Parts: sequence; structure tokens; C-alpha cells
Amino acid sequence: MSKHTLSVMVENEPGVLSRVAGLFSGRGFNIYSLNVGPTLEKGVSLMTIVAEGDDSIVEQIVKQLRKLVPTIKVKDLTELSSVEREMVLLKVNAEDSKRAEILRIVDIFRCKVVDVSPDEVTIEITGDQGKINALINLLTRFGIKEIARTGNVALRRSMQLDL
Amino acid sequence: MKLTGAQILLKCLEEEGVDVMFGFPGGAVIDIYDEIPKSSVEHILVRHEQGAIHAADGYARATGKVGVCLVTSGPGATNTVTGIATAYADSIPVVIFTGQVPRPLIGNDAFQEVDIVGITRPCTKHNYLVQDIEDLAGTIKQAFYLARSGRPGPVLVDLPKDVQNQITEFSYPDKVEMRSYKPTKKPHIGQIRKVVKLLKQAKKPLIYSGGGVITSGSHEELTWLGQKLSIPVTSTLMGLGAFPGDDELFLGMLGMHGTYAANMAVNNCDLLLAVGARFDDRVTGKIDTFAPNATIVHIDVDPTSIQKNVSVHVPLVADCKSALAALKKETKGTLDEYDWASDHGDWVKQVQEWSNTHPLTYKDDDKTIKPQYVVEKIYEITKGDAIIATEVGQNQMWAAQFYKYTKPNTLLTSGGLGTMGYGFPAAMGAQKAFPDKLVIDIAGDGSIQMCIQEMMTVVCNKLPVKIVILNNGYLGMVRQWQELFYEKNYCATCMDAQPDFVKLAEAYGAAGFRVTEKKDVESTLREAFAVDKPVIVDIRVEREENVYPMVPAGASLTEMLLV
Repeated sequence: MSKHTLSVMVENEPGVLSRVAGLFSGRGFNIYSLNVGPTLEKGVSLMTIVAEGDDSIVEQIVKQLRKLVPTIKVKDLTELSSVEREMVLLKVNAEDSKRAEILRIVDIFRCKVVDVSPDEVTIEITGDQGKINALINLLTRFGIKEIARTGNVALRRSMQLDL
Repeated sequence: MKLTGAQILLKCLEEEGVDVMFGFPGGAVIDIYDEIPKSSVEHILVRHEQGAIHAADGYARATGKVGVCLVTSGPGATNTVTGIATAYADSIPVVIFTGQVPRPLIGNDAFQEVDIVGITRPCTKHNYLVQDIEDLAGTIKQAFYLARSGRPGPVLVDLPKDVQNQITEFSYPDKVEMRSYKPTKKPHIGQIRKVVKLLKQAKKPLIYSGGGVITSGSHEELTWLGQKLSIPVTSTLMGLGAFPGDDELFLGMLGMHGTYAANMAVNNCDLLLAVGARFDDRVTGKIDTFAPNATIVHIDVDPTSIQKNVSVHVPLVADCKSALAALKKETKGTLDEYDWASDHGDWVKQVQEWSNTHPLTYKDDDKTIKPQYVVEKIYEITKGDAIIATEVGQNQMWAAQFYKYTKPNTLLTSGGLGTMGYGFPAAMGAQKAFPDKLVIDIAGDGSIQMCIQEMMTVVCNKLPVKIVILNNGYLGMVRQWQELFYEKNYCATCMDAQPDFVKLAEAYGAAGFRVTEKKDVESTLREAFAVDKPVIVDIRVEREENVYPMVPAGASLTEMLLV
């Protein structure tokens, strides 16, 4: 089982998200995250789906996505050189004695504090999975009270590198 | 020309060449019904919406055209879901029109409101809710195009009542342009040449033919290929009729209730050419031991079918007709220089020996009526020149095993979904398409009761469908499994409390016959088939007869239980 990032371009028609999500639930495919937003082209949306499965399952997922009538294009970015980012908001316990250390970590990771209260800070981080996991690991000991993740968005790199 | 939405719908159906649709009215489609008498489209009033969708499906299977049904919102729409899933499982082109509550009420739990687009999303090829009358004609054009192109399937169009009443200028699009939907039709010539090379190398080739051959209308190409290159042919249930059932190269069906010869051939072949078939679990048995010695070539118009269940060595995404025509073209020139018949001679001799030593058979006697005997008699009497519909269960398997289908589109059966109640309304649809043909529904006493209300429809519309009930007083296939694998715990499968089918037929205005003696089977069938109205023939068959051969679920194809 491995994670694959799929870039799926679809006609932006009613119910298209439900068709895609239904495909995963109906066929028992594992979905890790799903992100959708409009593209520069009117009427077309781009979905970034992180799916889990072995090669044969991912092959079926790609084929089944292509089979949906509103699907224009499906790319498995895992096979390509690509840029992947996720944005995460973390609300962390931050009493006075811990706050300085938390802010140092925020600085090192080049993330931002977007909200502060006497005993909490809310941090915004954008990055790839590795960076985000590292930050979460570091902040866990302070007590993460809430977390909101967008799921990955991804684009193929213009210059393809040998992977 | 300014028209209402309801008028536009009927104009579009005329443009698509629809001559008949099956339906049931209701408040949300009353405006459409108001227009039907003014159109050239004939409407057949069924007695239950499930009958409408199965009839449209049967019409589509028998004719190769798109079947159409029209129902109202809410319960009318949900009653079609089983039929939609049936058509989806077997890739049958059907367009379903459902009424919907007016747009301002959608989402408000209005009377007879249901999200039918949401409900049918997983069991339609595509579906639409028409929210703007300006989209109506284009949507209908797309619906028919999607239903019949690529891998065919059911397409649903949901029509809010207020859209039916809106007025706009009508124009029907000439063609469909969908950049997101472009099914591959033509095969890759490199792959075709690779297949020809494999065919030349193969000593034990086998064609495994499925419903895609019939859907694509490529039975002639398949027959040519099998006969000219001397390759034995086995078939799925859905593929019966694509290759002549009386040809000596034909091995019959493979899989769970397949023939000994077909299953042994799969086990021993060195090249398996799968055409328009999807390696269903009822066909493959234990997947690890399926065709263990074969290079597998898979031709299918639907890329998702390839590599889904078995590992394929040569995939070939194309419409079966195009692919088989290309194979014919590439091999035709070899017929003079390459002796296909003698090259495959030993193999053909071997499979025919399997056929001869283990033919489809049953233990006949004169004390009871064997259901297989009845099916054999139906074949003898009709000489194979009939459209056979089946219900689901033992009746379906006997109809597949003991009737020889020599032409495509002559067996209408729910293969993928296994829908009890399918056969009779499907036969009704086929009879509407071919009023002069003999159309027979081979039924069980359990499944015929699922859509029996359509007796009234066939009587009213003078559709002389013949229903032959192989009446064993059981839900026979489940009982067979209970006997073999559940220590004869016949829980909930005994149906000996049943209506008097003869009186039932007569109550509807049809004819009824009952047969309890073997000696009366043939004469009664002949008499029944000669009656110019719908008929039920209730034949009391051996109660605990089983379908053999049988490969237990999950076992290898060679682990067959024989008679």
C-alpha cells in the first residue's frame, strides 16, 4: 500500500464531487485527502486526490476516474516530478512558560502565528507532507488542541526530473 | 418554433427515432403525458415501474436500439432502480426519464420528492437533472449518445415539473461534442499484429466470448474468426448467441455452471482470447487457478474491465466489432499459406473429446418431468427460432445450457445483477419490438411472481408472450445451495404455497395450461405456442433437480460437481 497523488481535471457540473467521492466509497478504494477548486478555465475544476493502494488498485482508481463522464484528464503525479503543498492550521497550548519555545519553532519552520490568546496560539503552516509531519511531531508535546488540514494540492513540475 | 419542455421531450424522442416507450404516469410527468397522444411515440402503460424499465431493457437487447422508459418522481423513480442496476450490470442502452418536483421545491422534502440523481449515480453510466429548459434538448441528445456509445449503459434524465412547462425555441443539436467523453473505438494496429502473432504460435487457443460481442454487433466477425482459424469458442451467459450454439467448435458456457469441455479447455489452453467479457467471478472460479497455462489477450471497449480481475498479457482497448474486424483483416491473407485447421487439429480433437465424454446431461425418467427435458423440447419445437427471456435461478441456467442459441440478441437474461422478475417484462419489451416472433419467458415459480402484474400489460397490448414456468415449488437455486453446502436446511426456500397459475392467467384474460405428466409436455407446449395471446404454461417439474455441472463458489474450474 502506498500513497498516490492524482490530479483530476473535471467539468465543473453539479454533483461532480459526489460522483468522484462515490466512486471511491462504492468500490472500496481508500481516499486519504481530496481537494477541489476552480482552474483558470471557466467551467473546469481541478481535484487533487491522495489515494492509498497497491499498484493494481491505483491503476483501477485511475481508470475508473477516467471513465466518469465529466472527467477531462487524470494524471498520477506520483510517477512525475511534481510540487505538492498542504496548508494546516494548528491550535496549540501556549502558556507563558512555553510560548517563547513555540515561537522559535514557528520561526524555524517559517510558518506564521495567525491568532493568539493568553494560553493558546494558532499556527498556519504550508508545505509538503514531510515538513508538516515534522512540525506536528514537535508541537505534540505542547498539546495540539485542534487541527484543520486542507489536504494536498499538487502541480506537475514544468521541468521533469529523473525520479 | 416555440415549445414547452414536455413538447420538446417528445420532439427529441422523435428525432432519436424512438417509436415506443414504456411508462407509468404521475403528477410530476402529467404534462408529458398530456403531449404523448399528439406525438408519434407510442406509450405502453405498464402496471409497475419495474416492468417499464425491464421492458425497455428487453426491447433494447432484442433490437440493439436504445430502450426508453418514462416514470414519475419519488416512488415512481425509485421503483426503476432495480431495472437500472440490471441494465448497468449488463451494459444495456436505456434512457430513463423521471419527473421531478418543481425546482423551487427541490430539497424541501416536497410530496413525492426524491434525489433520484443521487440514488442512481452509482448504477447509471451518467445522469442529469435538467435545471434550465435551454439545456433540455442538448441533454437528451447527450443522454442517447452516452447510452449507446462506448460501453453502453443506462442514462437517467430527471425533469422538474416546472421545466416541463417552460417555453423556449426548439432546436435539436446535430451532433454531440463532449471533450470529456471520447471512448476509444479503433484498436491499436500494433496490438492487433501482436495478437495475430500469438495466434500463430498458439497450439491450444481458445476464444472466450462475452456480451460485448453481441452489444457491438460483431457476431459475424467472431464466427468467422472461430471457424476460419479453427479455434474452439466458449461463452459467458451474456455472450450466448454470438457464436452459433450448434457449431462443433462451440463448447457452451464456461464457469460455475459451464460445461466440462469449456472449463477443461480454459484450464488447458495456451492462449485465451477474451472478447467483450469481464472475467466475472461466476466465470473464473478461483482466480489464482484460472487459465493457468494461457497467455491472455483481452479485448474490451471499457479500459476499466482490463486488468480488473485477472492479469492480462495483451490488453486491447477497442470496440469488439472494430477489433475483430481488424483481426479478420490481418488473418484473412494467411488462410492460403497457413493451415490453421491442421495446426489446431489436435487441440480441437481434444476439446471435442471432452464434449463427447462429458456432455451436458441429466438423469431422465418417465415418473417426473425434468426441467432440462422441458427446455430441450422448447428448443426442438422452436428449432432455435425464438427469443428466449429468462428469470433468474435454476430456470436461467437450464435455459442457458439446454437451448442452443444460434443468433445474437435471442437470449434476454439478467447476467450481471441476477434480477429475479426480469424475464417476463423483458420478454414483453422484445415482443413489442417483434410482434410476429415467438417470445418465450422461461421462468421459475418464485421469480415469475416478482413482476406477474405485467400480465395485464401484455393482455391489453396484445403481446402474446409465452411464459413457461418450470414449477418446482422452491426458490430452486438457493435450495440447491442449501442442499449441497448447508446440510439441507431449506430455510425460506419452499414456495409450495402458490397461486393457481392457470386461473391467474385466465383472470388476466390470458390462456393457462398445466402439465403434470411428461407425456403431455411436448403437445401442451405446441398448443400453447400456437395460441395468439399471452399464455402461462405451468409445468410441475421434479422438485429437487439440480443444475450440473457446478463449480462451488471459490473453487477452481476443474473442481466440477457432475451429474
